[in-house]
Amino acid sequence: MNKSLTTKEERLALFQEWFSDTIPHSKALGLKVIDARRGFASMQLEWREEFVGNPETGVLAGGPLTAMLDGCCGMAVATMLKEPMPFATLDLRIDYAKPATPGKAVIAEAECYRITSSVAFTRAFAHHGDPKDPIAAAAGTFMLGTKGQVTRAQSIGKETIGAEPKV
Amino acid sequence: MSALLERLAEVRKSGDVGRLAEAIPYARWMRIAPENGTGELLTRMRYHDDLIGNTFLPAIHGGTLGAMLEMTAIFHLLWETETETVPKIVNITVDYLRSARPVDVIARATVTKQGRRMVNVFAEAWQDDRAKPVATANAHFLVKSSDDAPPSL
Repeated sequence: MNKSLTTKEERLALFQEWFSDTIPHSKALGLKVIDARRGFASMQLEWREEFVGNPETGVLAGGPLTAMLDGCCGMAVATMLKEPMPFATLDLRIDYAKPATPGKAVIAEAECYRITSSVAFTRAFAHHGDPKDPIAAAAGTFMLGTKGQVTRAQSIGKETIGAEPKV
Repeated sequence: MSALLERLAEVRKSGDVGRLAEAIPYARWMRIAPENGTGELLTRMRYHDDLIGNTFLPAIHGGTLGAMLEMTAIFHLLWETETETVPKIVNITVDYLRSARPVDVIARATVTKQGRRMVNVFAEAWQDDRAKPVATANAHFLVKSSDDAPPSL
């Protein structure tokens, strides 16, 4: 039985508000939440001139992808938290598999595949629509129970109860 | 030759290294630029509110620290090495050591190993106290153009 109190649309609207609109840098990037369920998060980044690293080719700099992948991995962690708690990125590795195509939106998909009392492990890919043809791959680990107040984004785990991924 | 390498040649004559950032739209948008006022090449990310990731602490978004460490490595390779192409990033690993407060972030890169095609770079970012880094990174860059790889940052 689905115990979720919200529909998928309502859930995505909540994630959009808490994980993009209320995080100034995510908002500046214009990150759009396109999926969120237990252990999984997906976001989209529109191509913009100011994200370009090489103006001659129009290829995106690594930075916007790094920021999106960090945010997407963090959102995947938040979906796994049964109790709200502050957490922070411990390390993040990005492999740049191929340049992003100029003018095309980039989609990030992150999975939190293991969570312990102290650490959460995530993997993510960035692509243009085909996950088998990645632009970048990421591996991020997160420290749980860090100092500070719990943000709204970090207390969103309860919204994904009953929304486990369908395998 | 790319506009960035042309800019590099100009900057080498004028000595105004900060102008290197003007050729990179993302660096301009993020307010990330190199400086060498102390005789040492550093890269600074000027604080602005769009950098915030956690409004409660408040703290700068970790992704922006990774981005500025990557730019630090690129500026270092352009300025301090005899590169003939724009360095192409292969991968980067960022370690987050402390939360970054809402003030400027400064970083310094060093080449750990310079190969013919591949360079390994270490970069370290701090705020007020250089002895207390907020993040460090290791990155690999291709520095020799090959026929199939499109030029990119």
